[in-house]
Amino acid sequence: MPRRDDLTTILVIGSGPIVIGQACEFDYSGTQACRVLRDDGYRVVLVNSNPATIMTDPDFADRTYIEPLTPEVLARIIERERPDAVLPTLGGQTGLNLAMALYEQGLIGRPGTPEMIGADAEAIATAEDRERFKEAMVEIGLDVPRSGIAHDVATAVAVADDVGLPVIIRPAYILGGRGTGIAVTTDEVVRLAAIGLAASPIGEILVEESIAGWKEFELEVMRDRADNCVVVCSIENVDPMGVHTGDSITVAPAQTLTDVEYQQMRDDAFACIRRVGVETGGSNVQFALDPVTGRQVIIEMNPRVSRSSALASKATGFPIAKIAARLAVGYTLDEIQNDVTGVTPACFEPTIDYVVTKVPRWAFEKLPGTSGVLGTQMQSVGEVMAIGRTFPESLQKALRSLEQGRAGLNCDAAERQLAARVTDELLVAVATPTPDRIFQLGELLRRGVTVDDLNAACRIDAWFLDQLLAIVEERGALEEHSGPDELATREWRRAKRLGFSDVQLAHLWSVSEVAVRTARQACGVEPTYKTVDTCAPSSPPRRRTTTRRGRTRARSVRRTARASSFSARAPTASARASSSTTAASTPASPCARPASRRS
Amino acid sequence: MSDPKRSELLVATGPNQPVATSRMRRADGILVLADGTLFEGELIGASTAAAGEVVFNTAMTGYQEILSDPSYAGQIITFTTPHIGNYGVNLADFEARRLFCRGVVVRELARRPSSRRSTGDLDSLLRRYDVPGITGVDTRRLTRLIRETGAIPGAIGPADDVARITAAAADEPGTDGIDLVSTVTTAEPYTVGGDGPFRVVAYDFGIKRTILRHLAELGVVEVVPASTPAADVVARRPDGVFLSNGPGDPALLPGPVAAIQELLGTGIPVFGICLGHQLLGRALGGDTVKLAFGHHGANHPVKDLTTGAIEITSQNHNFAVAVGSIAGVADLTHVNLNDGVCEGLAARDANAFGVQHHPEAGPGPHDSRYLFHRFLARMTSAGGRSAVTVGGSMSGDEPVGLPVPERGVG
Repeated sequence: MPRRDDLTTILVIGSGPIVIGQACEFDYSGTQACRVLRDDGYRVVLVNSNPATIMTDPDFADRTYIEPLTPEVLARIIERERPDAVLPTLGGQTGLNLAMALYEQGLIGRPGTPEMIGADAEAIATAEDRERFKEAMVEIGLDVPRSGIAHDVATAVAVADDVGLPVIIRPAYILGGRGTGIAVTTDEVVRLAAIGLAASPIGEILVEESIAGWKEFELEVMRDRADNCVVVCSIENVDPMGVHTGDSITVAPAQTLTDVEYQQMRDDAFACIRRVGVETGGSNVQFALDPVTGRQVIIEMNPRVSRSSALASKATGFPIAKIAARLAVGYTLDEIQNDVTGVTPACFEPTIDYVVTKVPRWAFEKLPGTSGVLGTQMQSVGEVMAIGRTFPESLQKALRSLEQGRAGLNCDAAERQLAARVTDELLVAVATPTPDRIFQLGELLRRGVTVDDLNAACRIDAWFLDQLLAIVEERGALEEHSGPDELATREWRRAKRLGFSDVQLAHLWSVSEVAVRTARQACGVEPTYKTVDTCAPSSPPRRRTTTRRGRTRARSVRRTARASSFSARAPTASARASSSTTAASTPASPCARPASRRS
Repeated sequence: MSDPKRSELLVATGPNQPVATSRMRRADGILVLADGTLFEGELIGASTAAAGEVVFNTAMTGYQEILSDPSYAGQIITFTTPHIGNYGVNLADFEARRLFCRGVVVRELARRPSSRRSTGDLDSLLRRYDVPGITGVDTRRLTRLIRETGAIPGAIGPADDVARITAAAADEPGTDGIDLVSTVTTAEPYTVGGDGPFRVVAYDFGIKRTILRHLAELGVVEVVPASTPAADVVARRPDGVFLSNGPGDPALLPGPVAAIQELLGTGIPVFGICLGHQLLGRALGGDTVKLAFGHHGANHPVKDLTTGAIEITSQNHNFAVAVGSIAGVADLTHVNLNDGVCEGLAARDANAFGVQHHPEAGPGPHDSRYLFHRFLARMTSAGGRSAVTVGGSMSGDEPVGLPVPERGVG
């Protein structure tokens, strides 16, 4: 199906100011959308109140309004610009909520008014209203957590009694999990229900069976007008259910699902996007899996480009926002080219031969009075992403990209802070999700606490814990050497493959970083750079996106996205074997620029 | 579940036990390719050396299904996904009674599997079926090399035996000109029972269990050896004939091609998958060609030219039907959007169709399952029997393991 010629002007809604839960990822998606829509000859009208965005640069839209994002202002812009369509799915929750408000007022999505493209009002309402969503999912045979809705506290208590404590309380139509909480006692139900009712713009909450501790997964799904569906990326949360996805350490692709489980999830995600009715574009579908019984439930779906879409785009090389915008104006997936290979269509599922780890960045030190405990309401102010050939490598790179004084999971000055704490106390501590938990787990493993005991304490999957143990055991092995000159090539390679930086090794042996590097280079162990190629590298890439391994943000974004990893140079290694792992970090502040295009 | 042979597939270690630590040092190993390229790593699996054709698979899940797929007979499988073995192995996910591949190359073998479905670990499984492997390999470099030079013979063995391993790689013929089907096909016919009304005779060129599960939904499936003459098939009075997947070059199987030609004349509906599709193409007078490095993965976009719909498919083949060679005798029904390779054909003057990809998945997406319904529709409109004894017993030497409750079909 070709591009729609019945549309001339398209209104794109931006996401407004940077807030917790809605940051530069929506500038990234909106900028991409504006660019491709203009490239396709559409007149783009953009509205966003945030001037510190790429998308509001004059080059990105034909008409840019820097105005408050309120229905009244949008109504005036619509009256003046007379757009044929409104694209609300690239401006985060703000874009969706504004579009719904305009729809309620009869200004868009009705005969004689601008069309809603990407997702219509019916689809948005089905996905965003938790009760409607649940009913829709049950209707198509998907399992969901048991729950009920309440518009007052008394009903909330009755529902909680019915589904059984603990329960999770979620307000309808909210952003970043605001007003959400887990209640273990009836008193807590009363308290959290009141908070939730106040947080919801329509005074509605969902009281739901708690599935805290289950494994959590997300699928980034695309759909086109011809009903072709693809999964761009699967993401597994290292932190089990109970921590907001934006506050979880996450890994792409999913690591602990068998194909049977994964394909079931894929089928369910497609069924979900079809039932909700997102006709074109990207959606994010979230699942929980009970590790004991295998029961899999669908938790929610975002009928729009989301925070995870930005991660999935950078992780796989599949530009979700860009393609979502083109799908919204009528193209089908097979008509859009894969930018990276330049020869194959976008109608495929990226396959990757590396591991991408995202670690959230918090700023609790700047927010006195906060508890520092993570929960169902997002608190992180940014995130870093790192690419490694293995999970340990990407995790250590991500941890040092946080710019919080850590060089990795261990082997740095900061690790002493945990040494003073007694084991029993730490074992209790890891049951509570906090920014420090990953380091506490490393310390407990170093003290010989078993993976099984830690799994029982924090419910993080044993596979991930064992990967932490691999890092810890390697540190132990390295410690047996008195200095860098004792390491053979094979040992260097093993340490580097587990993500140990020269800084960590210098700390471990109390020598200079230069001494470590010199000894390493003497053994012929150098970083290599690998390309994000969408296809594990079964087709040669034309455009390269590589990100250099770097500790500073300024250095992290390159013309090509690639990431470094270490290997000893093999005698027959191809001179072109540039491959890399990435640490593109975007802590706290907005705006990783979209990777620029290289011809 | 009553078949005692199924327990052979159980691996002794038990579920989710740690099987390695970094202190446990594995023997140094090497993978040498026929052109002399050497990759270093550590040996896993059986402590034997092995040679075979080195191919790669890009699927991100389903290593157990891939390893036990008989179509990999004669090959050393490189997984591009770095972490392999994470969720262990289990009974339900076997695609055959044992492993037929020659070796395994991975970047990082899991030290400890974690899954409620796991009944053992991958390393033990490889030892159990005498398949050696190597971990710690720069699989990206290897994959790029295969991408550029094509599937290439290679050998795995101890690092201190470079000369012998290099010689083994150089002597390995690969899969060209080798009849691999005879090494994987069943020795005796056997039957798996189904719930549907039809009787399907399935040629076993290396059939996967997931295919049998799907066919068994259509009716009783009589699985016959690759060498079965057409007359024997007709004597079984089938409503449909299925041509299975399998390893190697279809040009080396003139016997089955002749049998298929005979069957095409009977009007009995014929459905082929993968190698079965290639044999159908040859039986119709078409040619098959070897692809540079084949299609091995679970993300290939295929367009159904009869509906325009695109499906993401599971693929595993080195050979393909040459598109031009079937002009006039068959219609191209499916095409690979990545490279235009023939993914499906339908005969014009015979009741037969085939697809190159794997609609049964196992592993891979379920997008193409409708093809089994097309087979059903053909059997129905061909006037397939109205009453067949349903629920035939399992016999023969194959512990097929039907039904497996955990694996829903639909």
